[in-house]
Amino acid sequence: MAEGIKDKVAILGMGCTRFGERWESGAEDLMVEAFVECLKDAGIEKKDIQAAYVGTCYDEVNLGKAAVYHGEILKLPHIGLTRTENFCATATEALRAASYAVAAGAFDIVLALGVEKLKDTGFAGLPIGGGGAYPRIGGYNGSGPQSFAQLAPPYSKKYGIPMDKIKDAMAHISVKSHANGAMNPRAHLRFPITHEQVKNAPIVSYPLGLFDCCGVSDGAAAAIVTTPKIAKSLKPNQNIVKIKGVQISVANGEETLYKEWDGTGLWTTQTASAKAYAEAGIKNPREEINMMEVHDCFSITEMIIMEDLGISPKGKAYDDIMSGFFDLNGKIPCQVDGGLKCFGHPIGASGLRMLYAVYEQLLERVPPERKVKNVHLGLTHNLGGEPARGVVSVGIFGID
Amino acid sequence: MAGICTYGGYVPRYRLKRSAIVQSMAWMNIAIMAHAMGEKAVANFDEDPITMAVAAGLDALKGVDRAKVEGVYFASTTMPYKERLNAGIIIPALNVKDQVRAADFSGGLKAGTTALLAALEGVESKRVNNILVASADCRLGMAATAQEMVFGDAAAAFVVGSENVVAEFKGSYSVTYDFVDHMRSDSAVFDRQWEERWIRDMGYTQFIPEAINGLLKKCQLKIADCARIVYSCNNRAARKDINKKLGIAPQAEQSDLQAEIGDSGTSHPMVMFAHALESAKPGDKIIVVSYGSGADALLFEVTPNIAKKAHNLGVSGYLAKKADLGSYTKYLVWRDILPADIGMRNEVADYTALSMLWRRRKEVLGLWGTRCTNCGTPQWPPQRICANPACGAVDKMEPYPFADRTAHIISYTGDMLMLGLNPPLLTARLEFEGGGRNMFELTDCTLEELSTGKAMTMTFRRKYNDKARNIIGYFWKAMPAQEVK
Repeated sequence: MAEGIKDKVAILGMGCTRFGERWESGAEDLMVEAFVECLKDAGIEKKDIQAAYVGTCYDEVNLGKAAVYHGEILKLPHIGLTRTENFCATATEALRAASYAVAAGAFDIVLALGVEKLKDTGFAGLPIGGGGAYPRIGGYNGSGPQSFAQLAPPYSKKYGIPMDKIKDAMAHISVKSHANGAMNPRAHLRFPITHEQVKNAPIVSYPLGLFDCCGVSDGAAAAIVTTPKIAKSLKPNQNIVKIKGVQISVANGEETLYKEWDGTGLWTTQTASAKAYAEAGIKNPREEINMMEVHDCFSITEMIIMEDLGISPKGKAYDDIMSGFFDLNGKIPCQVDGGLKCFGHPIGASGLRMLYAVYEQLLERVPPERKVKNVHLGLTHNLGGEPARGVVSVGIFGID
Repeated sequence: MAGICTYGGYVPRYRLKRSAIVQSMAWMNIAIMAHAMGEKAVANFDEDPITMAVAAGLDALKGVDRAKVEGVYFASTTMPYKERLNAGIIIPALNVKDQVRAADFSGGLKAGTTALLAALEGVESKRVNNILVASADCRLGMAATAQEMVFGDAAAAFVVGSENVVAEFKGSYSVTYDFVDHMRSDSAVFDRQWEERWIRDMGYTQFIPEAINGLLKKCQLKIADCARIVYSCNNRAARKDINKKLGIAPQAEQSDLQAEIGDSGTSHPMVMFAHALESAKPGDKIIVVSYGSGADALLFEVTPNIAKKAHNLGVSGYLAKKADLGSYTKYLVWRDILPADIGMRNEVADYTALSMLWRRRKEVLGLWGTRCTNCGTPQWPPQRICANPACGAVDKMEPYPFADRTAHIISYTGDMLMLGLNPPLLTARLEFEGGGRNMFELTDCTLEELSTGKAMTMTFRRKYNDKARNIIGYFWKAMPAQEVK
């Protein structure tokens, strides 16, 4: 196996907008906002950037399909600029491309930026589409909650956990994320909620209620990556956040078409995390990882992710969730910034928003009330598409 | 010998109590209370005459070798397409071969029996055999009219051939008049009707007896020789007159299913005939009469083969399989009479790539997949590279049909975000018996009926109606499996 990029790439600086219904801002404004903060944090000038990758998913409601439109906004000095797209892993895909460029020695300083302006659609939820022309004539009409809600019935059956108990764990997940998000000035939904509110909310897709679903918002986030050597030379007096591993796994039709997949866990998350752990040299993620930002598009997703990441044993996520293992003061705090639940999910921005949450904790830049103790290693996880036909990214980041 | 080899029926699951229409509309026209009895069958939002004809056709094809079908005739006055052979959409859904003759019969309400006659006489000519004749109608009456009350949606289908005939064709008699008791011009949505009393006196009670008497005379029979008289006439007073005039005994009068279905137009004599055959005995003579722009009368004699016919649901089975629609406004929305907002999210609709539809017509209209000849794994949609990771064979696939297979639910949900005309939108991941799986939309059921492992069957439905481009698309959904007694 290839040796990977562990410790070959450093995060020199980051930026992240306030996420939310940014009626006053277009994708252009969000990009500039994240970019300016990122450049300032990196302590470099625009001319120092040698290549850039900009991630955005829905070209219909953003700037369009091509990198040209992004280049015109950022006014980078005629460098190689590439649009990346990989559903909800879009921003992490931009980061991966930028990191590979640095690790390969092709460039010294590279920009990764993710942006999504969803609130120009005129409706709640994500736009329909992304599957080409075929879904019009064959197949089914689906939605995000429609596909992820279907994790619950087979999970309930396989592990003999009644749906009401699963709903309790799901409620705990959302209550925890709202408690964290309420403290975060960049979050979209900044209010705490109660267990009863979650369980009594109207159903969106059985068994998911309103508070089991993440928000829909606008936002952008950016990172500038370089070599650890350059980072140390530019920032001699601070810890350097390094990439320990970043991996992507894409479904191959086996889950959809073949007989083995039972719908209670995601092979893509299992594959991407196993590869990321191997790249990062992690033997026991439950003991070694200090915080996580996972793809909590729906509360049932977060529950099952914990098993797919190898943090909770199969069928036992309920116990960890209810014991507070993933709460802010738990063993592995999860969604410490509020997660997708409270930030919403501007598709192309979320992966870098998660990294931003890990980055600010690793550098201890957060106020005491939302600080995670002793963070050396943080994990980000994106899950795009649907459980059977998805793309998953897992990133691991740390300080020495 | 030419005749009916098999017969099938279809009645949509939803029934609207006529009292619900009265409750909503009698303030406008108190006269509709005269029709307040019973219920009318209402096509689901994803059904139309094409899908209903497919359902009836599949019912009639139970136990029939589909490779032997040489023709498909479709009769309806409410066909979705004016230009594009409607029977051409039915053919791949029935999974009969492409090398068949096909025709749409339309115009007057006797188009159903005319299609049947064309098939019977074609078979008699010995130039063609085993023609599937299907009829279906979904006619609309304007709100607060008698038509709205009495019309109902239903379909029937027959395989007409020369072998193992269950009802032998003995003769026919037709009359054709441009008697404009009701009409629908090219652009009209609703049926327009002249005064009921005139239709009763100068229409029903003239043409139906004329056709029946003509047939009896031609075949040298008396009315009493016939065990069953099947005639389409939704006017109760006219039925009384006709029975009296012709001497039709109460036990010989076939129910017009007005209380259970309503008048299904072109399809109605066909539905009544299929229903009559379900309880017919060898030797029974049955007269079938249509009405509309004249009348066709057909004489059949039931043979001993009737006892050997393959079991199917039939009209009776579908009559029993019903659910109350509940609300009159739901009916209005489903029939596009009351414009309702289905959400801006659903306005963003893709175009239909017709060249792609042609390329993939078998998997879309016939639900054909492939099976790997190397490892035996069935797969829908068709694949080039086998999805079994232990196999992965390239281009070792053979065509494999899924439409007739029972499937079981792996996972399911009801979604309120993807708003349709019957929310919540039900979907499920299904595993087919014998192998193969995918996600499908569900229809004709409720979220509460669903559970993991539940047995489902596939049903041909409308997938979308793209009004901007005037294209109606069809695909398969799943519904709870129904046991055939």
